[in-house]
Amino acid sequence: MSAPILWIGAPLLAGAAIFFLLNEKYSAYAGGGVAALLSLIALFIPIDTALLLGSLSLKISPAIEVFGRSFEFSAADGPLLAMIYGVSALWFFGSESTGSARRFSSLGLMIVALLTASLAVEPFLYAALLLEVAAMLIVFLLVPIYQTPGRGVVRYIVYQTLAMPFILFSGWMLAGVEANPGDLRTILESGIMLSMGFAFLFAVFPLYNWIPQLMEESPPFAVGFLLWALPVFTVIFALGFLDRYTWLRNTEQISNAILFSGVLMTASGGIFGALQRHLGRIMAYAAIAETGLFLAALGLNSSDLADIVFLALIPRGLELSVWALALSIIKRRAYPLKFSDIQGLARKYPIAAGSLILAHLSVAGFPLLAGFPARIALFQALSVESLGAAFWVFLGLWGLLTSAFRTLAALVMSAEETPWEVNETWAQTLMLAVGALGLFALGFFPQIMQPFLASLPQLFEHLVQ
Amino acid sequence: MLLDIPSWTAVLLTLTTSTTILISRDWRALLGALALQYLAAFWLVTRHLPLAMGSVKLIAGWMSVAVLGMTRINLTPVEDRDQDRFYPRGSAFRLLLMGIVILVSAGSAPRIEAAIPGMGLPVIAAGLLLVGAGLAQLGVTNDLLRVTLALLSILAGFEILYAAVESAILVTGLLAAVNLGLGVVGSYLMTAGSVPLIAPEDEE
Repeated sequence: MSAPILWIGAPLLAGAAIFFLLNEKYSAYAGGGVAALLSLIALFIPIDTALLLGSLSLKISPAIEVFGRSFEFSAADGPLLAMIYGVSALWFFGSESTGSARRFSSLGLMIVALLTASLAVEPFLYAALLLEVAAMLIVFLLVPIYQTPGRGVVRYIVYQTLAMPFILFSGWMLAGVEANPGDLRTILESGIMLSMGFAFLFAVFPLYNWIPQLMEESPPFAVGFLLWALPVFTVIFALGFLDRYTWLRNTEQISNAILFSGVLMTASGGIFGALQRHLGRIMAYAAIAETGLFLAALGLNSSDLADIVFLALIPRGLELSVWALALSIIKRRAYPLKFSDIQGLARKYPIAAGSLILAHLSVAGFPLLAGFPARIALFQALSVESLGAAFWVFLGLWGLLTSAFRTLAALVMSAEETPWEVNETWAQTLMLAVGALGLFALGFFPQIMQPFLASLPQLFEHLVQ
Repeated sequence: MLLDIPSWTAVLLTLTTSTTILISRDWRALLGALALQYLAAFWLVTRHLPLAMGSVKLIAGWMSVAVLGMTRINLTPVEDRDQDRFYPRGSAFRLLLMGIVILVSAGSAPRIEAAIPGMGLPVIAAGLLLVGAGLAQLGVTNDLLRVTLALLSILAGFEILYAAVESAILVTGLLAAVNLGLGVVGSYLMTAGSVPLIAPEDEE
């Protein structure tokens, strides 16, 4: 058995099997189970190391070749794969409560498999193509067949498609820069190409206008999954670029541009989020602000760069899955999720409302929640480099905190005599409770993430020096 | 130079088809032009890639056209509305846009040829024309079919240029998948909303 077959081929097949063979009732469990199993295998069985089970020798070989190019995982990828499939399992189990489990689990597994393939493909530039294929598959999650597509999804597919040519061309130009490092013109041109590609992929200001639109038009759980999956894999892809091309991370102008765009995203996302009256749009702006934090971390001139990025990356899946699930539950009762529609819902959906606020506070970096350790580490590194940047990031997070309190105010705004009810199903309650506990656990004990962070020096050997 | 005559013919075909896609309002003409565009792209791609790999691009492109055409032919007149709300949107404005694209392509092609020798002027000119026309189209339309055609045109232009610098089979395969995928996604989005929501109990 080879690692790419196990973590790319198997979930692709499982996704297809769920779609064609299973009904709505069992799909979430099947999808979640497959993802959880793959996560456990990645966690406990090392790649490219023989394991003896009695007389049986078990070894997961690291690579396969497809059309003359290889897909390859190293032993250091194990914790990363465990994290990816572990968080995916949360999403798939959570889809049980959203009413679209079959479509979500099957397509979701295929999307995660394609995104995982983007980590394994060599040369790694081809990842841009796999990201595009995955981005196209996500469209089927975003737009149910009975719903007329809005502008958000069209902009989304346009921006994702435009990113790919820029990245592929920049990759070819970067090879030229490596061959002739003194050619400033090629350096400038490839830098511009690369920036354009990643600007589209990360939805940098002002290219993020599709995200709030999409949150209004599409199922929140599907958009939440998109907002987790694509930025996370894009960050890992970007780390690969920084690791591979030394001059990229050593050029002050490029670092400053990344830092500036990240700070701008966080500040604008937080401030715009504070001004919204729609729960979906608030979540969209919070996700934008958090992506800005990743970019700000990528722009740091620090050897802790990868540590800080992954410290922020791991809780994102948990925060967004809890938030999106809570929003899906509330949306059934309070469409279209404006403040006027959700007034007093905390007394009817206390678990969903509480989980939503917890996830929101975690993204805002509230102490003792999952997002807090990463924010503290980022502020520490950022304040050394630029106090101005730290201030604007703080302002963005302050905006997120403001929107959290506004949401809380709207949710609890009910008449005194309104009775408390629990309208969530047991499955919804269980999923939300597990997610909320996870948010506290990662906040209280951030050392849980240590095994993932420990493998970073092998994953990005030039970056972590 | 004689060898270049077919390539320049392909460039001319590219120019004609991309102008048609930008201006025409008849979906049959749009899809016909896209099919011809893939033929021109096929010829230009095979300047740098083997015939078999060029054929993959041609077939994938034509399959996308077929998928879009079959979807479009099945749409009812209610769904057939023109969704464009942009002003100005007349043919004269679109022709002006195409003129700008031609000027920019004509201006930049020789400079790119000087920077990347061996690519070939017709290849660069056609690539830039398609990318430019696609971007211009994206700027003036909201219509799902036109957006899909614009993205396919941009990809075709990119593929013509990229074929000159990258010849990996995996890339060709993945780009074909992206082309087909865009066709399918475009068709799905055109169809979405026309299917009524049926509750499971109604189905029984």
